[in-house]
Amino acid sequence: MQDLGISVLFQGRNFVRLIEGLLITLRISFISVGISIFLGVLLGMLMSIKNPVIKAITRVYLEAVRIMPQLVLLFLVYFGVTKAFKVHLSGEVSAIIVFSIWGTAEMGDLVRGALASIPKHQYESGMAVGLTKLQIYLYIIIPQTIRHLIPLAINLITRMIKTTSLIALIGVVEVVKVGQQIIEAARLTEPSAALWIYGTIFLLYFLVCYPISLLSAKLEKIWQN
Amino acid sequence: MRKSGKMVTVTAAILAAGVLALTGCQANANAGGDTAATKTESESKGTARSVQQIKDSGTIKIGVFSDKKPFGYVDENGAYQGYDVYFAERIGKDLGVEVEYVPVEAASRVEYLVTAKVDIILANFTVTKERAEQVDFALPYMKVALGVVSPDGALITEADQLNGKTLIVSKGTTAETYFTENQPEVKLLKFDQYSEAFNALLDGRGDALSTDNTEVLAWAIENNGFTVGIESLGSLDTIAPAVQKGNTELKDWLDNEIKTLGEEEFFHKNYEATLAPVYGEAADPENLVVEAGVVE
Repeated sequence: MQDLGISVLFQGRNFVRLIEGLLITLRISFISVGISIFLGVLLGMLMSIKNPVIKAITRVYLEAVRIMPQLVLLFLVYFGVTKAFKVHLSGEVSAIIVFSIWGTAEMGDLVRGALASIPKHQYESGMAVGLTKLQIYLYIIIPQTIRHLIPLAINLITRMIKTTSLIALIGVVEVVKVGQQIIEAARLTEPSAALWIYGTIFLLYFLVCYPISLLSAKLEKIWQN
Repeated sequence: MRKSGKMVTVTAAILAAGVLALTGCQANANAGGDTAATKTESESKGTARSVQQIKDSGTIKIGVFSDKKPFGYVDENGAYQGYDVYFAERIGKDLGVEVEYVPVEAASRVEYLVTAKVDIILANFTVTKERAEQVDFALPYMKVALGVVSPDGALITEADQLNGKTLIVSKGTTAETYFTENQPEVKLLKFDQYSEAFNALLDGRGDALSTDNTEVLAWAIENNGFTVGIESLGSLDTIAPAVQKGNTELKDWLDNEIKTLGEEEFFHKNYEATLAPVYGEAADPENLVVEAGVVE
């Protein structure tokens, strides 16, 4: 009882298990983030098109995904797909699908917003100096859009990483779940373990998310010139 | 302007096609990345597996808790342990298959069976009427009742001693209903959360606290100066393995297994190995263990 709770962290394979959990968290979030950015950019461009049908469809998709809590989406995909189509998806695959669906919707809306924020005269000036449509996008619109997009996208990425802690509920043992297992296994012998384990998890999340914000700050600086 | 409008539509069409193709690719890629899992799982297709299918596949999937010590938890080496797991290991041994543990949460236990993502749930699953409509329970292997914990200085060993005294309970628990209905003379002090309720007892805001006996027993070990004076009170709830509704074959196999294990007092051995270290000498195994599925 006199021991510091931190000793729990180094009992057996506990620390390695936390790191393994973190790797699962990272694998799922980065695959989903990759898919979301790619599809989200396409979706954002689609959403900018002034066609009522496309607008209605994308709008419904965005709102539906936004309104539904991610947990409901996870249960829908993990259990619902099995019930409806008799297809078994593993917890990890379900998680990647759900986070991609969610991330694509959010990213799409960010891209749409960024595109809409480019004033019309930017397009018109491009045309006036005789640039082709492709050139206008390549040299004028896209660079400005990306600059608008970076801080918002970083926000979305870190949010996605943090939300992956929900996937424990569909049986994927990620870093937070490993932490809870360690705390619970040590509950009677080391009651103060909770503080140390959650402290470690906090540090791990920070170590993952901080470099991402550093990178974004750097990119913003480079592109300012 | 008209020309550019046309161009936009064309681009949109191409993009739409692209998105469709990509989502298709994505699904394929996902399936590819997880072939091993999908392959074994696709055989079952949402319907529960028969005993023979389980034997043929060489593994049985059992849903257990991964953070409920001492029933189902993961030790510091990453291995599953606990009362439920001890039984699960034996099931695997007697079926001659490997056990694949699936960590489940309390709220999703039924869903895992309905969708056949596991063959058996062994996660401290209390038998209730509502649940029995969705899953099939085998014979019980454990029982829980209410327990009452109080300070050593004023230990309460009989329910009658509580009359006129203040009893701490958590809202919505069986303890609250039991005392309201059966012993209205007891003054109840109610809290929303377990932790608040236990803290109130520590602060001396009540004479005793009542909740599931497994909870109070474990808590009393952690907190010196408190003892569980009443270990078993009120209606008995049983805990049993559950299988998918209609999977009679596996249920019958489990029933037989539990009866056979009763002959060698298996669950008492299980108690000694997994629960005794947590509940200590003070607890009586007869208040928790059910042997051969017979509840007195």
